[in-house]
Amino acid sequence: MEPKAIFDLLKSRFGGDILEIQEEGISPPFAVVSPEKLPEIARFLRDEPGLSFDSLMCLSGVDYKERFAVAYHLHSLKETHRIGVKVYLPKENPSVQSVDAVWPAANFMERETYDLYGIVFEGSIDLRRILLPEDWEGHPLRKDYKYPEFYHGIKV
Amino acid sequence: MKSHAEALPTQEMLINMGPQHPSTHGVLRVILRTDGEVVVNARPDVGYLHRALEKIGERVTYAQYMPFTDRLDYLASMNCNAAWAWTVEKLAGIEVPERAEYIRVIVCELNRIASHLIAFGSFTADMGAFTPFLYAIRERERINDLFEEVCGNRLTYNYVRIGGVSADLPEGLLDKTTEFLDYFEPKIPEYNNLISYNKIFVHRLANVAVISPEEAVAYGLTGPNLRGSGVPFDLRKDEPYSVYPKLEFDVCVGTGERGTVGDCFDRYMVRINEMKESVKILRQAIAQIPDGPVQAKVPRVFKPAAGEVYFRAENPRGETGIYLISDGTVNPYRLKIRAPSFVTMNIFEKITKGLMISDIVAVIGSFDIILPEIDR
Amino acid sequence: MESLATSLVQAVPALSAVPLWSLTLLFTVAVAAVVLTFALTYAGLATYVERKVAGDIQARIGPNRVGPVGLLQFLADGIKLILKEDIIPAKADRFLFALAPYLVFIGSFAAFVVIPFGVGLIASDLNIGIYYVMAVTSLVVVGVLLAGWSSNNKWALLGGMRACAQIVSYEVPVGMALLPAVLIAGSLSLQDIVRSQGGLLGIFGWNLFHNPFTFFSFFLYYVAALAETNRTPFDIPEAESELVAGYHVEYTGIRFAFFFLAEYGDMFVVSALATACFLGGWHIPFLSAAALSPLWGNLLSLGVFLGKTLFLVFVMMWIRWTLPRLRVDQLMRMSWKYLVPMTFFNLLGVSVWLLAFHGRGIPQLIASMLGR
Repeated sequence: MEPKAIFDLLKSRFGGDILEIQEEGISPPFAVVSPEKLPEIARFLRDEPGLSFDSLMCLSGVDYKERFAVAYHLHSLKETHRIGVKVYLPKENPSVQSVDAVWPAANFMERETYDLYGIVFEGSIDLRRILLPEDWEGHPLRKDYKYPEFYHGIKV
Repeated sequence: MKSHAEALPTQEMLINMGPQHPSTHGVLRVILRTDGEVVVNARPDVGYLHRALEKIGERVTYAQYMPFTDRLDYLASMNCNAAWAWTVEKLAGIEVPERAEYIRVIVCELNRIASHLIAFGSFTADMGAFTPFLYAIRERERINDLFEEVCGNRLTYNYVRIGGVSADLPEGLLDKTTEFLDYFEPKIPEYNNLISYNKIFVHRLANVAVISPEEAVAYGLTGPNLRGSGVPFDLRKDEPYSVYPKLEFDVCVGTGERGTVGDCFDRYMVRINEMKESVKILRQAIAQIPDGPVQAKVPRVFKPAAGEVYFRAENPRGETGIYLISDGTVNPYRLKIRAPSFVTMNIFEKITKGLMISDIVAVIGSFDIILPEIDR
Repeated sequence: MESLATSLVQAVPALSAVPLWSLTLLFTVAVAAVVLTFALTYAGLATYVERKVAGDIQARIGPNRVGPVGLLQFLADGIKLILKEDIIPAKADRFLFALAPYLVFIGSFAAFVVIPFGVGLIASDLNIGIYYVMAVTSLVVVGVLLAGWSSNNKWALLGGMRACAQIVSYEVPVGMALLPAVLIAGSLSLQDIVRSQGGLLGIFGWNLFHNPFTFFSFFLYYVAALAETNRTPFDIPEAESELVAGYHVEYTGIRFAFFFLAEYGDMFVVSALATACFLGGWHIPFLSAAALSPLWGNLLSLGVFLGKTLFLVFVMMWIRWTLPRLRVDQLMRMSWKYLVPMTFFNLLGVSVWLLAFHGRGIPQLIASMLGR
């Protein structure tokens, strides 16, 4: 299916929760959805025959200067189409529902996003820091991140 | 007797298969809880090699980032370089000359053979057969010599550039490559005779850590790991890029020939067969390569238009995806690397329940992970 | 030793002033020193040969710098190991940690005493030869277990437990596989077993060709012995890539050297037993060693014995660099479900054969049919 058709299907099903379609200069195009409805939309995308997005290609956090975003790139092995789904999150206490019940591949990538951005994924089966030490302070990939002077007495 | 055994209290052992270990393919730490020899829980702990490559990407220019992609997966350095180049070219709409694309495919496939040789060698060495490792290294030395002629480096090549490759292939390199392929092709049946179908080896790997096709897709496995579970998905065929549409080859899929589909042996055999296919691809590419320029005109101060792109390439270890956001300046705005080994580790904890400690080593080897990719 | 002492007193009357027991003791110590020197030199050279064989199989050269064709490499390695820092882990059990290598070493080298090197060359011809060897090599198990336990290291403990389980499980098939030779000779003494393979042009007297069951026994013994000595494909206890050297991971310097030497010594003992029990021991083909002069008889038989034994040691090395490693449960299964029943069946077969043919084997039957 063409991305336009997929987005139309999504809009007809979820109406106002599909906030925006980003297509200009963006490949694959994104459907911006509201964070509260994300698990439902994810489940719909995976289970609906004709869509069957069974593969989560990539889950990334992004720091747009005024707000955070989590971008999901989805792919269907059966139908061979791809789209992206994005949720925008506020800068204070960014949090969104986890999708690792829908795509188990999300687990490590969500942990990484939590580790480097501080975005909390509620309902995740295991949300701990993954790349940085457990007692690291701060979330490095944020645009306003300040490097600490010392870590356990070692000059950083 | 039975009640006697039940009344015997046994304790679980907490063992650390620490960052320094001969068979964890890098600095991987696995925290094992075992009941004697049987593993109750094996949790991977990564991050020992985190070098903040994604943060660095936001500070350097697009061209300057190329050497950093070398260090992502240093055994498939050309492939990572090329993935970055293809991503930026997709973002900026740069047209790459055909000769450059053919050269990229040639070096990528040679690097695929080299990477699979290391995977094969270190895997068999982990299983206790020390000899195939040295044979693999011997073949790989010849590939390293070819690469040294091409770009001067033996491991981290930094050869591909945005818009092409840095320099044309030297005189006679294609003939030397053909010579190498003629030398290498009969070696694969030799390895199969020596170790692949050896009864002890098969017994170690058959029916160990079986991953069903649905599980493999859901947990994000890609590349040989996914194909080993029977899913015939290969990016070079299903989402072709570069000049792959013009090349003919088969997709190697695990068939459960010595056990169940999706066990360690299948993943191993997929890699062996992929080496054969790469030889095929290389021969075709060498025959088809046209003359022409090897570098497109890319402005010195390269500022692509603002936009977001996700591109993925078929690396030897799986699907390397790069999500690139540009805001119109010389530096990328956000650069996310979806490393195949990182996503493969998702399934590690689930698949190792109930295996023996020796099988953990087999599983790590059959996944063919590499730590710099996981940790970036 | 006592007979040697008395013959020395007869030759040199001046020595009758010295008490006989002191001369006997002197002879015992001298012979022990000779055997130990041989054993240690062999172990050192075996490490060199192993590395050369490995290099050959792996398409590379192996050591070739120290001495002519790298022959003195083992001396260089020995000196290096002696000069290394002796590290005992902080929480390790110091006494057991220090004791373990010695137990393993003793278990391995004490068996050299009953190996029949030549017609008259045996340190001590015990009449319980094989029984003694089996008993003494079991000391290795105690040593290995102590090494694993006292290192205060979970990997070492795992390695020690695996080694203990493996060696103990494979002692049963080893013993059972050696018994056919004992039955044919009618004695546990190794010299007797070798002598019973004499005559018939030397080669056809071998126990290997005596009857189909002993032929089978030889290969069963060889496989079980490979497992006894912790060699690949049974080297799970010291699996480099899994357990990072298993039970001897915390050992450094000369203590580590003891484990290594003991392993090569074990290989020799096991191969020597195979030669003595199945391959005719020191019998020279086409000649009768006893009929030659003492000097030539001893020299030639020593040469033949060493040739056969070292060939078997070479085959062990060959196997090590070719085959991968068995997993622990597969190893145990192989011993208890395959080797033990097969060796029992073999023993039964040999007993029935000997009963049926009055102790004669196939070559002897053919010889008697041909009227010899």
